[in-house]
Amino acid sequence: MKLRYIAGRLVKTVMVVIAVVLLSFFLIRLAPGDAATVMAGQSGYADEAFMKSLRAEYGLDQPVPVQLWKYVRAVAQGDLGNSFVRRQPVLDVILERLPNTLLLDAFALLVAAAGGIWLGSLAARRPDSAGDASVTVLSMLFYAMPQFWLGMMAMLVFSVWLAWLPPFGIETMGADYTGLARIADIAVHMILPGMTLALYFLASYARLTRAAMIEVADQDFVKTARAKGLTERQVARRHILRNALIPLVTYAGLQASILVGGSVLVENVFSWPGVGTLAYEAVTGRDNPLLLGIFIVTAILVSLFNLITDIAYSIVDPRVELG
Amino acid sequence: MGFVRRFLARPTTVVGLGVFLLIVAIALGAPLIFARGPFSIVGMPLLPPGAPGLLAGSDVLGRDMAVGLAYGARISLLVGITSTFGAVGIGVLFGAIAGYYGGVIDDLLMRVTEFFQIIPSFVLLMVLVAFLQPSLTSTVIGIALISWPQVARVVRGEFLSLRSREFVQAARVLGMRDMAIIFTQILPNALPPIVVVSSMMVGTAILTESALSFLGLGDPNLLSWGSMIGGSRSAMWVAWWTTVLPGLAVMITVLALNFIGDGLNDALNRRRRR
Repeated sequence: MKLRYIAGRLVKTVMVVIAVVLLSFFLIRLAPGDAATVMAGQSGYADEAFMKSLRAEYGLDQPVPVQLWKYVRAVAQGDLGNSFVRRQPVLDVILERLPNTLLLDAFALLVAAAGGIWLGSLAARRPDSAGDASVTVLSMLFYAMPQFWLGMMAMLVFSVWLAWLPPFGIETMGADYTGLARIADIAVHMILPGMTLALYFLASYARLTRAAMIEVADQDFVKTARAKGLTERQVARRHILRNALIPLVTYAGLQASILVGGSVLVENVFSWPGVGTLAYEAVTGRDNPLLLGIFIVTAILVSLFNLITDIAYSIVDPRVELG
Repeated sequence: MGFVRRFLARPTTVVGLGVFLLIVAIALGAPLIFARGPFSIVGMPLLPPGAPGLLAGSDVLGRDMAVGLAYGARISLLVGITSTFGAVGIGVLFGAIAGYYGGVIDDLLMRVTEFFQIIPSFVLLMVLVAFLQPSLTSTVIGIALISWPQVARVVRGEFLSLRSREFVQAARVLGMRDMAIIFTQILPNALPPIVVVSSMMVGTAILTESALSFLGLGDPNLLSWGSMIGGSRSAMWVAWWTTVLPGLAVMITVLALNFIGDGLNDALNRRRRR
């Protein structure tokens, strides 16, 4: 049964990836002009014959289905075209930046999950207490402010006014640290962008954990655990929290696409050299192939992450069937 | 309890409504109060709030921040409301057809909806706006195109539960066409949750617009709160107000809208009513 579920999810992931590529092909045709006009514009030379030869060279004069087929085949082989600005294959440029983004996002996700579960279970233990109310108020504020602005405010306080933390980049320029010193340096640089990214999700994790724990606490098996003579702490940790965590796994998957969007903005605020700052460079440089490549790569990563969380969910909660 | 009393039961809703109406008034009145427009230079750059004639200080180029904030409200509200209408239009169409017909059509439409929920929507939005060329129109179209799935899900759920009710069967027996049943019989009954969802979406759309224009993907001919923040990044170190104030404006507006949404939810959502 479980294998069938996993196979079903795999097929679904493949379908999503195919749809992403089809959508990208459509998006290319949305931009005014085609690759030939852009290249001609860049070389500052554009007579009709030259344009025609460019179009022939890139297959732009062929029927749309042929172009689509070529595009799909190219993407399947990892060819996302060349970056106009960098003059390198798009995939290479993205892969070079990807580890930095993954590092930042993983840090943010871990902080958000750990902090949110902790705060949420505190709030659930004493509903309607001052602590509970402050979690609610804080999450309300976080939902209402632009995340990039929250980052800038954090920078203003901790870098400009207090001068505790570095405001920009992933490591100290020109310091050339190695080994542990370098890791420590990167960690210090990661605090501000990582926390900015984490806080938003931390607030939603806290709310979810709180709601799930209060709901689970009403169920019969919890009463049984209490009747068995377990302490309140044991009941909360082993019986309530463990069951309340199950929906959080799915939630992490659903939030992945929001995490990517937040990452783009937060990276830009803190000049974190990841895929997000690359997307900004692509926008300012009018580098359409690069921007589209970033969309394709992040979309594939997010759907893979969803696949992983779904499989994890089916293992944590054996009741899950195909769906 | 009547609708109005349920709606205004929470003090936060009353505050939210008051603040929102004030912002609407500022947005509508901006061209009358500040006829010279947000781009005109009024004095030295980076004067602090409270400097003579400058309630909110001046920005990097010596433009009046207060004027920028007032004009920014126009963009935020315009984008927030129109893109939400767009998203509701697409979402209702998808959700209604999926929920009404069920079966294969439902499966297919829901796969499309899911697809748009899985993919990183902000990156897609950046691609859409950059490829269509940044403008007010492309911002609105882009935000509508990434936000409709939420509406579609809610509408589908409502249609699934309403389609087998007696009044729908009666309409069918009377020989009404499917489209007439969907839009004149079921949709009016499905409106309350749609209103609640869309009131929340306006705030989200305003946040998204601010993010887009912060990245320089807003309309280059218009000053919005996000572009004010983006344009003053280098000045933040010496002039906090250039970034703090526009961000506060976004936050207050979105907060007010969310409070209104909570109130609408209390007044309209039958399931959550106690």
